[in-house]
Amino acid sequence: MHLRKGTIMKKTYKIDVDCANCANKMEDAAKKTAGVKDATVNFMALKMKVEFEDGAEPAEVMQEVRKNCKIVEDDCEIFL
Amino acid sequence: MTKLTENLNKKQKNLLLRIIAAAVMLVILYLLPLEDYPVLRFLLFLIPYFTVGYDVLRKAWKGIRNHQVFDECFLMAVATIGAMILGEYTEAVAVMLFYQIGELFQSIAVGKSRRSISDLMDIRPDYANLEQDGEVEKVDPDEVEVGSIIVIRPGEKVPIDGIVVEGTSSLNTSALTGESLPRDVKPGDEIISGSVNMSGLLRVETTKEFDESTASKILELVENAGERKAKSEQFITKFARWYTPAVCYSALALAILGPLVNILVFHEPSTWELWSDWIYRALTFLVISCPCAIVVSIPLSFFGGIGGASSEGILIKGSNFMETLANVKYLVMDKTGTITKGNFEVTAVHDGRDQNMDSAEILELAALAESHSSHPIASSIRRAYEAGGAELDKSRVTDVQEVSGKGVIAAIDDMKVAAGNLKLMKMLEVECEPCHHVGTIVYVAKGAVDGPLSYIGHVVISDEIKPTSAEAVSSLKKAGVMKTVMLTGDITSMAESVAKEVGMDEVHAELLPEDKVTYVEKLIAEKNAQAGPNAALAFVGDGINDAPVLAIADLGIAMGALGSDAAIEAADVVLMDDDPAKIVKAIRIARKCIRIVNENIWFAIGVKFLCLILGAMGIANMWLAIFADVGVMVLCVLNSVRALFVKNV
Repeated sequence: MHLRKGTIMKKTYKIDVDCANCANKMEDAAKKTAGVKDATVNFMALKMKVEFEDGAEPAEVMQEVRKNCKIVEDDCEIFL
Repeated sequence: MTKLTENLNKKQKNLLLRIIAAAVMLVILYLLPLEDYPVLRFLLFLIPYFTVGYDVLRKAWKGIRNHQVFDECFLMAVATIGAMILGEYTEAVAVMLFYQIGELFQSIAVGKSRRSISDLMDIRPDYANLEQDGEVEKVDPDEVEVGSIIVIRPGEKVPIDGIVVEGTSSLNTSALTGESLPRDVKPGDEIISGSVNMSGLLRVETTKEFDESTASKILELVENAGERKAKSEQFITKFARWYTPAVCYSALALAILGPLVNILVFHEPSTWELWSDWIYRALTFLVISCPCAIVVSIPLSFFGGIGGASSEGILIKGSNFMETLANVKYLVMDKTGTITKGNFEVTAVHDGRDQNMDSAEILELAALAESHSSHPIASSIRRAYEAGGAELDKSRVTDVQEVSGKGVIAAIDDMKVAAGNLKLMKMLEVECEPCHHVGTIVYVAKGAVDGPLSYIGHVVISDEIKPTSAEAVSSLKKAGVMKTVMLTGDITSMAESVAKEVGMDEVHAELLPEDKVTYVEKLIAEKNAQAGPNAALAFVGDGINDAPVLAIADLGIAMGALGSDAAIEAADVVLMDDDPAKIVKAIRIARKCIRIVNENIWFAIGVKFLCLILGAMGIANMWLAIFADVGVMVLCVLNSVRALFVKNV
């Protein structure tokens, strides 16, 4: 029997956001995006760490994440 | 004043100018006698209003379009427009003005905090002197490949981990450990990035890349610590999500139900005054509803605490661990390497009563017998002998037989020499007097090659207790740690003597690694019963072979982690140097940080609720609402900055 171990895709992105509340909103928006298994926003270090679902394409998913974040907080930026 | 403003970015400078302009205009308009010209007055007040608030209004509009109604900009927009409609022009502009002051202040404080942490962490130089084809060139440290030779001049920071190839010097590791004790290095020694080269020129062969070097890893650790959210952070996030809509709906209720109840139940006349009074109260509510103050001060406090701790050589890998560290009530420590130096040293040589060989000769024979062994006990005997300046003449040793678990039997010169524990002596039928000294005893016997052996004396080897261990344990008790426990694989007599000298409450010795796990589990159950599940049990070890115990303890602390990647990986809190006094310091830093966080939470929520009640009752006006929002935020942020100052904690 051949067992395949799933690889966990995690990437960290540099972000720019003005207030802590907005950072939390970005985290929620990212978590709700399709293809995202989990997301954490580190407000003080200006970083977002995203864990992708198996088979998700990071570049595509991040475009969606960026769009969703812009909806909740217009002033934010994710550097892809 | 200029120091505060010199590091502002473009956005911040722009906002500051707009705030100053609007404030000046507001004061002028307030003082001008314009009551007779209502239309003009209205139009003139619009100027400072739009100057300071145009971006807030624009964001509010965008928010509505994106179906994000409960946006703080929307709240400010509604509150101020409402105030304008009610004719309270001064207050409308004032609310907008102070809101923006709050935003600017928050932006500056966060920026400053980030910068001071990165300055603290500025232990990496931004260049390396790469030696290529005999020429030394200044390059980007990222470009240096593993195995390259770099040159580090006196006064320069070490950019990349490596091994000294040529040169001797002293290194200052204070940036990593918080201690300024210099470390001497010579060819063959490993050096780590982040230390400062003090006296001599060093040529070093790199063993890692820039990003994988110690200083970079520490920096990454501190930055990523903010990802692990503390319980209080999670609580505040949930609170803010509930709080804002709740206050908005309450504002709506106030604006509509307030007057209605008065009209229908108390039969008050439905006048413009009645309605506008309640609408005013509702607007006050909206101003207080902004959760920004609470939400920004929490991560700021943790960031300050973690950054401050790292400058003392204490790496806390997550905000949640900061909380656990503050709640440590049970402390379990490993003996060797944690409480003791872990370097076995010869502390005495006793000669047997019957023989008249002197200590030096006994030591020499023992050292020769152990000359081919790599056991730490053998090394300590050799070291003690060579410390006198003498050199071991290994050629005198013609045959060595290692008896596992007991010792060695060697042929030295024309004799047979046995060095080992009591079991070896028993096996060889040598009668000797057991030593009453606490420590590992190596009994030495000698005799003719094929004759019986007779006892000549013994060497006492002890594991030295660290000079600061006893004080560290008493400080821990003073700091409120309920129980201190020592777990060790070493022999009982040794363990108990160390535990007594240092002041530990409990000691368990002769443990196998799995026994340690069992004991820690038992202690955790005991801790839960005695101090509740919120209290934490911390295990302190050297990280390398304590992985399973570190995993089940509430908090795993690794000591002496300078240069040990494994220790840094395995533990939750990493103490870069090996001074046990740092454990107490870590706990005190954590407690200060958590205290500040709790102060902010209670203060912010308390003041906000108080102002909400006063606003609903009509006692508070918009100025109080502004204080409840901006004033609270400023105070909370200033309080958070205190978390950075941990030097004298």
